[in-house]
Amino acid sequence: MTTEAAMPESVLLRWVRAEGMAEIEQYRRAGGYDAARRAATELTPDQVIEMVAASGLRGKGGAGFPAAQKWKFIPKAAPVKYVVVNGDEGEPGTFKDRTLIEGCPHLLVEGILIAAVTIGARKVYIYLRREFYRGRRLLEAAIAQAREAGYVGERIFGSDHAVEIVVHSGAGAYIAGEETALLESLEGRRAMPRQRPPFPAQAGLYQQPTLVQNVETLCHLPVIVGLGPDRYKELGPPALFSVSGAVARPGVYEAPLGVTLRSLIFEHAGGMRPGRRFKAAFPGGSSSVFLTEADLDVKMDPDSLRQAGTMLGSAAVIVMDDSADMVEVMARAVEFYRDESCGKCTPCREGTVWIAQIFERILHGRGRTEDLALLDSIAAGMTGTCFCPLGESVPPGLVASLRLFRDEYERRIAVGAVHVC
Amino acid sequence: MTERAREEIRRLAGLYEHRQSALLPALFVAQQEAGYLSPEVLESVAETLELPLTEVTSVASFYGLFYLEPVGRHVVHVCTNLSCMLNGCQRVLSRMQEVMGVRPGETTPDGRFSLRTAECLGACEEAPAVLVDEDRWAAVTPEEVEPLLDRYR
Ligand SMILES: Cc1cc2nc3c(=O)[nH]c(=O)nc-3n(C[C@H](O)[C@H](O)[C@H](O)COP(=O)(O)O)c2cc1C
Ligand code: SF4
Repeated sequence: MTTEAAMPESVLLRWVRAEGMAEIEQYRRAGGYDAARRAATELTPDQVIEMVAASGLRGKGGAGFPAAQKWKFIPKAAPVKYVVVNGDEGEPGTFKDRTLIEGCPHLLVEGILIAAVTIGARKVYIYLRREFYRGRRLLEAAIAQAREAGYVGERIFGSDHAVEIVVHSGAGAYIAGEETALLESLEGRRAMPRQRPPFPAQAGLYQQPTLVQNVETLCHLPVIVGLGPDRYKELGPPALFSVSGAVARPGVYEAPLGVTLRSLIFEHAGGMRPGRRFKAAFPGGSSSVFLTEADLDVKMDPDSLRQAGTMLGSAAVIVMDDSADMVEVMARAVEFYRDESCGKCTPCREGTVWIAQIFERILHGRGRTEDLALLDSIAAGMTGTCFCPLGESVPPGLVASLRLFRDEYERRIAVGAVHVC
Repeated sequence: MTERAREEIRRLAGLYEHRQSALLPALFVAQQEAGYLSPEVLESVAETLELPLTEVTSVASFYGLFYLEPVGRHVVHVCTNLSCMLNGCQRVLSRMQEVMGVRPGETTPDGRFSLRTAECLGACEEAPAVLVDEDRWAAVTPEEVEPLLDRYR
């Protein structure tokens, strides 16, 4: 059996890989919008929520929160509710949402409709990061086609439901991907996280109950409603992984949740480049703690990765080979958090600046042996003191790198010292 | 700001429950027309949306894609985040600097290009990724930099 044949059936990417899926005719011919039609005309909201609950679907944006549970938090009786789509996709190494939107924008529109009619939201805002110019054009065209077909607007699919969809644009801020900062940004303010509670499900956009859901999470809905939760679960359940960095075939891969890191890298992504060896990989974007060779058989699902001391996050696997310098990798990651810190709280705002300064010193040959202890202590000072997960994501990876790749730091410092003398 | 831009901003404001929600889109409308967000342009946006100028300025300065200084006719963003770094973006960036004769954050004297580094563009399978205005370029090599820039006059 070839590796290809051993791969399970693809239920998400098949929409993306098929030709012409930006066109509603093509999408409909393949069965598209059947699930949304059912949700709008045949199924009760409770039935849809039960399907989603039975599917085990968890949020794909980073936090991995069970989707159905969030839907149940939305007060049924509230007169005004919103769906806000998180299409900010800013976590380094993540590109599955863009792939979905560019490959099959109707899949997202259909997922949105299922969510909106189920929770009873009449208005949907898609917060799409600015740089997805192509995705925005395709998505706007898809929404226009769906409106023409009577799937968006008043009385969708001939039902009593009305759903309006507006595509909104981000403006280049990673923190705007955090759901409460996203809501601030959508209200036209600086993207700074809000105090929680209240959670967006209770008081979100304009203080109304709001379902914030990631693009991929929503794209699973037509599949779940279409196949039924049992079949969906049998398939893994299916999940998308963005694999990039030092692999032979970077790309978005569909695999059962719980696929091993080894299989993702060495089977799906074609392994390392000729003559190169695996060194480390971030399993869930640069905000997750990287894994090393000893961890290659870890299962890529939220619980297994939490047990391994890291997280699935946005399922963005960034792979480093033996040519990668871990000090440089960590320095670059920290620089990112420094530049993207929203500045609201001191530990994150100041801590990332100090850490970045120390890295700069080390990289420029002016590192001191005490710097490693200093990094550890700044990391300890940031742990549990930051207002949001952006700041909190810095210490674990940094501390792990100081432990697992201490020799690389020490070599840098020693060489620098020789150089200076 | 032209009346057309004002009209477009008012149309955008109608898409939201609260008009301030249209601020980011409005700033893009203004920026597209004027090239960058000068104090006068910010004032026009504030006026059109009936928002305090201080609020508009504070919001505009928070986000990376609002230009508060003049930029070139074409803005080149070179992604320098991890996946691109692991795929040699530094060499692409160096070549850009060489060909344009400017450093990141600067604009060529003829006003043709502004060079900027970008955080992850969400195009990591195409690393190193480059965004020129609204066009994404995949797996750019240092050799391809010059012909690529030649496409933008
Ligand atoms: C710093 C930070 C950045 C985030 N960026 C994104 C993002 O770009 N896209 C996204 O869907 N979720 C992002 N999240 C997660 C969101 O806060 C939220 O959990 C998610 O949108 C919920 O949708 P889901 O349950 O469907 O995943 C981010 C979180 C943090 C803390
Ligand atoms: S942790 Fe960082 S990003 Fe989060 S609120 Fe504090 S300063 Fe802002």
